Amino acid sequence: MRLAESLEIALEAVARHRLRSFLTALGIIIGVFSVITIVAVGAGAQHMMQESFKSFGTNVLWLLPGSHVLGGARISITMSNSLTPEDAEAIAKECPDVIYVSPAAFTGSPVVHGNQNWSTVVNGVGQTFPVVRSWYPAQGAFFTEAEVTMAAKVCVLGRTVATKLFGRDDPVGRTVRLKKVPFRVIGVMAAKGQTGWGQDQDDIVLAPYTTVMKKLSGQTHLAAVSCTAVSASRMKQASEQITALLRRRHRIQPGAEQDFSILSAKDVLAMVDKIYDTLILFLGSVASIALLVGGIGIMNIMLVSVTERIREIGIRLAVGARGRDILLQFLLEALLLSVSGGLLGLLAGVGIAQAIASTLNWPILIDPGSSAIAVLFAAGVGLAFGFLPAWRASRLDPIQALRSE
Amino acid sequence: MSNDVVRVEELRKVYDLGEVQVEALCGVTLSIRRGEFVAVMGASGSGKSTFMNILGCLDRPTSGRYLLEAKDVSTMARDELASIRNTRIGFVFQGFNLLHRMSAVQNVELPMLYGDVPKTERRKRAVESLTAVGLGERQGHHPNQLSGGQQQRVAIARALVNRPAILLADEPTGNLDSRTSVEILELFQRLHRDGATIVMVTHEPDIAEYCSRQIHFRDGELVDDRLNPHVRDAAADLAAMPPAHRRA
Repeated sequence: MRLAESLEIALEAVARHRLRSFLTALGIIIGVFSVITIVAVGAGAQHMMQESFKSFGTNVLWLLPGSHVLGGARISITMSNSLTPEDAEAIAKECPDVIYVSPAAFTGSPVVHGNQNWSTVVNGVGQTFPVVRSWYPAQGAFFTEAEVTMAAKVCVLGRTVATKLFGRDDPVGRTVRLKKVPFRVIGVMAAKGQTGWGQDQDDIVLAPYTTVMKKLSGQTHLAAVSCTAVSASRMKQASEQITALLRRRHRIQPGAEQDFSILSAKDVLAMVDKIYDTLILFLGSVASIALLVGGIGIMNIMLVSVTERIREIGIRLAVGARGRDILLQFLLEALLLSVSGGLLGLLAGVGIAQAIASTLNWPILIDPGSSAIAVLFAAGVGLAFGFLPAWRASRLDPIQALRSE
Repeated sequence: MSNDVVRVEELRKVYDLGEVQVEALCGVTLSIRRGEFVAVMGASGSGKSTFMNILGCLDRPTSGRYLLEAKDVSTMARDELASIRNTRIGFVFQGFNLLHRMSAVQNVELPMLYGDVPKTERRKRAVESLTAVGLGERQGHHPNQLSGGQQQRVAIARALVNRPAILLADEPTGNLDSRTSVEILELFQRLHRDGATIVMVTHEPDIAEYCSRQIHFRDGELVDDRLNPHVRDAAADLAAMPPAHRRA
């Protein structure tokens, strides 16, 4: 018998029991749907992270206190007070391949103006911050080196904070209180909008790191130092210079583990990629289990279908069907169930991913490759699990099959 | 070549039921010539069904030879037997054995589906075959829209559509009322006159009277084999019967 005719028979059998076919394919539908959605959302997030890290610049090195192990997808962060403002100054002075150094200290604080009150993160940074981040004040000015050195009580507001506290008024020259300490607003940063993952970048207050440490947090160490290399091609040299300098300053014996670490955007990207890959692999395996369960469902119903149709099989055998004709008929039926399940799952997956994208403002990335693999895998599951019932059908004895009711 | 369509020699069939072995056929030797209309008779358990199954290539003998059109089919593999069933044998069953989801013409097309006959040719031959059994008008009907006699005619059309060497009928009138039975026998006699070789199992002696040869099985052996000197004419019997009541 020709393939087209076997397919017609299989199609008719699937269409005859619509609800049953749908329920049978449901496992596959859910499996493929999960794979597509997970990969779409995961890949979207990964893409978004990559984009936002790229915007930090390719020639920026982050110097963090403590040791960070970037092995596989693991990152172990030991909190440490090892980085001091003096370290940052030393780097600025002594490392030839580093042009900008911007120390950072953070503290959470309410920002108060009159009866307006807003809770945000105060970022203590250096005067080079606008250059390093390519982000400049839209109104007023950024603080100067002198203001950093003298720990002046000045701050620059993010657009969101400015709007929350001052509405349409110009905040420049006004005073806000951070942890009850009065700060003069000297500027408002240009609006930057949300990050890919929905964080409002304008919900920020920038102040000299010296002021944040001395007047607000009382800490003597830095949370991080961002160092800009003279060019992307000098990153390696810059990193080596910083390492050598800090090992010397912190008196770390050769071979001993250092109490700081240096990350580049590239390192972080690689780490993020690894985390997402692992996550997608894990969720993908869960989805594959759903597919396997779907396959078992197909096998179950195909066994039922064969049992129900033993007499039909007997008739077909009697008029000359060969074992392989019967095998093909039932195998095609299983394949049809799994492939249509796969395609429905694909449609549902793409639909839900789009819905997530539009309602949660989450970027999605539908990967045609992994979608095709998911559907093909579903087809493979259908073939694998459809084989046993089909094979049993093909081995039936025609006389006994004809006798069955 | 001889004129034998069927030649069986020392045909034996033993069913192994674990503890006991049942000998369903114990050495049957027989020939059926082209153009014969044979009634196979015997009580249940006499071995006639086993004989018919082997004749129909649905089963293989334990020993002995079965030559169908001078070809030894007793040692053929499953798929070869399927191909023999497809092209050389036509089956008619007591319970019609039509596929209920298919129309009459689709049922008749079924054997050709497995014989790789092209679609247009299939339809043409199926319609011809249905017309030959007097159902040309009902080709689109499904089995549940047809009477028992009509369903059996569809089954006969299906059995004949690949122009088999032999038509095997297993109690073909068993589910039919007496008038419809005679109608089916009239069809068989007409096919027989046109040259068909027919072997029909029946346990009713008056049905066997329409056949030209009668063979009897008992306990797995062929006990009687004779020509019927007074073959009844189904057409004449039908004419003598009161006209059929129109069924609602």
